[in-house]
Amino acid sequence: MARGTAAGPRAVLAYLIRRLFAAAVMLVVIILVVFGIFFLVPRWAGVDPATMFVGKQADPAAIEAVRQKLGLADPIFAQVWEFFKGLFVGRTYSGGGDVTECAAPCFGYSFRNEQAIWPVLTDRFPVTLGLALGAAFLWLIFGVAAGVLSALKRGSLWDRGAMIIALGGVSLPIYFTGMLSLAIFSYGLGWIDGRYVPLSESFTGWLGGMILPWVTLAFLYAAMYARITRATMMEVLGEDYIRTARAKGLTEPVVIGKHAMRSTMTPILTMLGMDLGALIGGAILTETTFSLPGLGQAVLTAISDKDLPVILGVTLITSLAVIIANLLVDLLYAVIDPRVRLS
Amino acid sequence: MTELSKSGAAVGEPVKDSPAPSAFLEVRDLKVHFPTDDGLVKSVDGLSFTLEKGKTLGIVGESGSGKSVTSLGIMGLHTTGQYGKRKAQISGEIWLDGTELLTADPDHVRKLRGREMAMIFQDPLSALHPYYTIGQQIVEAYRIHHKVDKKTARRRAVEMLDRVGIPQPDKRVDSYPHEFSGGMRQRAMIAMSLVNNPELLIADEPTTALDVTVQAQILDLIRDLQKEFGSAVIVITHDLGVVAELSDDILVMYGGRCIERGPAEKVFYEPKHPYTWGLLGSMPRLDREQTERLIPVKGSPPSLINLPTGCAFNPRCAYADVPKDNVTRTVRPELAQVGGRHWAACHMTQEQRERIWTEEIAPKL
Repeated sequence: MARGTAAGPRAVLAYLIRRLFAAAVMLVVIILVVFGIFFLVPRWAGVDPATMFVGKQADPAAIEAVRQKLGLADPIFAQVWEFFKGLFVGRTYSGGGDVTECAAPCFGYSFRNEQAIWPVLTDRFPVTLGLALGAAFLWLIFGVAAGVLSALKRGSLWDRGAMIIALGGVSLPIYFTGMLSLAIFSYGLGWIDGRYVPLSESFTGWLGGMILPWVTLAFLYAAMYARITRATMMEVLGEDYIRTARAKGLTEPVVIGKHAMRSTMTPILTMLGMDLGALIGGAILTETTFSLPGLGQAVLTAISDKDLPVILGVTLITSLAVIIANLLVDLLYAVIDPRVRLS
Repeated sequence: MTELSKSGAAVGEPVKDSPAPSAFLEVRDLKVHFPTDDGLVKSVDGLSFTLEKGKTLGIVGESGSGKSVTSLGIMGLHTTGQYGKRKAQISGEIWLDGTELLTADPDHVRKLRGREMAMIFQDPLSALHPYYTIGQQIVEAYRIHHKVDKKTARRRAVEMLDRVGIPQPDKRVDSYPHEFSGGMRQRAMIAMSLVNNPELLIADEPTTALDVTVQAQILDLIRDLQKEFGSAVIVITHDLGVVAELSDDILVMYGGRCIERGPAEKVFYEPKHPYTWGLLGSMPRLDREQTERLIPVKGSPPSLINLPTGCAFNPRCAYADVPKDNVTRTVRPELAQVGGRHWAACHMTQEQRERIWTEEIAPKL
């Protein structure tokens, strides 16, 4: 580009295709690595994965049957190939007359729970998504507002108070603040039921079940965002172009709300993309504390059960979420900051 | 401060203490102090000057001499938006066209900013907002002070860009600052500051961040625009060559105070203060033969918290012992008239200065 300002639609499309291709390659690599870890390491460690699926007390014939059915005796590349094929066309596990169907997209099959992974993921994904988006909405509003106010009233009682609370928010673990909020608002005051109700059943019930998880999760992130916002805003307020804005005769609300906020929001939005990506992969602590049937809870259960296919599936979904979030952040960045070019 | 230095006009005749002076801009005994943990930083400590429309005043001095602090003080930018910082303590009087700015309603001063008085900053890249186009920034500057629609304001922006010599202004108006070269950015900055036809233009080191080849163009542009718009201009610089080219009058600052002031040709060709001699000696000049090396002013700028007693320049002055009785180290020299409309703050007598200038300084320049 010679000196064209904003990239044209064609440039954006080309960029998008390039990035999506890179994302696909990345996903394949992640699948290979995760597959390698979960299926190779037990072999090297001398643990038979087949026994992990059927239990140690099973008789050798049953173990052998499972090994046949899961293809665990096949060479590794054959197993990976079967996995990839399953993602697109589905998969049939068969061994010793016992046949299990796993429809496409087959992310594997949990023999412990006797169900395919994909429906588990699609069941649980909306819960996690709702938790992450709701919390993000809260922490963006309160975290950024608190940070801006602190920056403007630097050194004041408000600033010190807000920053001490923010330090607490960053330091206190979710299972502490979560338990505390449950103890006070659910068990103590009895204001909130605290049980998760799917959105499809009742909107108010869903809100009631999500409000404490939202606030708890948002508190942690609002604390981080307040600190980042404060630091960024203070830096931006010292910039020459803010002085220029005042020298033009702009009112303070315009100087702060337009000129300073524009620059302050850039790093905030970057962070938001990353954090949302990570949270959508599963807010393990929050979901466990509040018994939310999301991805995080699923993966925690799977880890304690050594249910490898579930772990593999959730890991893939998490990676996908992070990759997509990264892509969105990069695109957004090019929109906010004209100095960034998509190339 | 003496009566003389308080009301002595750099341009035009001195005005005695009338409440609203007749001069277009009059600064009286301006003090800008910043409280810090280490003590009170007296960035500007008793500065007075006047300036008429259509005239240019050059303020010269090294880093930390109070040049920029003075200009920001006139613009009222020390008190606006200094969130959480300990605010500057400002005293004195700043009269702009009959209005005293320090006691005026801050919102009134805000309305004067950008319209009556505008400023050009040193580094146009950092002084322009990176996320808005040049056009958006000029349009914004125009529309705060004029109730016009965006189209009209945009036409005005293109017109201004054309006037400051930016090629294809109707296209470049949509460019971002980073897409401009340094010289073009400063032209855009000048276009933005002149969009409301301000009567006072303050240029704070307008060429310092630019290529040498571009500097002369920008100076020419400022001079041409001043003739066209008839505004009063203050040029702040550490480069005596810049002010000599542009200014009607020169004010030399040292340690937050004025140490010499007068018509440009007087200060430049017959300077009366040893610090001004030092500035001249350290300036490369093409109009004289290069026989000797440049002579730097020895030492470093004084601490603004603890200025040396007596003459602030005495630790760096080669002639500090010329006046009798160690007076340079005990008594602060006041500005005294040394010629027609020419003042200097130095303890040396007229004869001593003449002798040193003709025998020691002038031959080396």
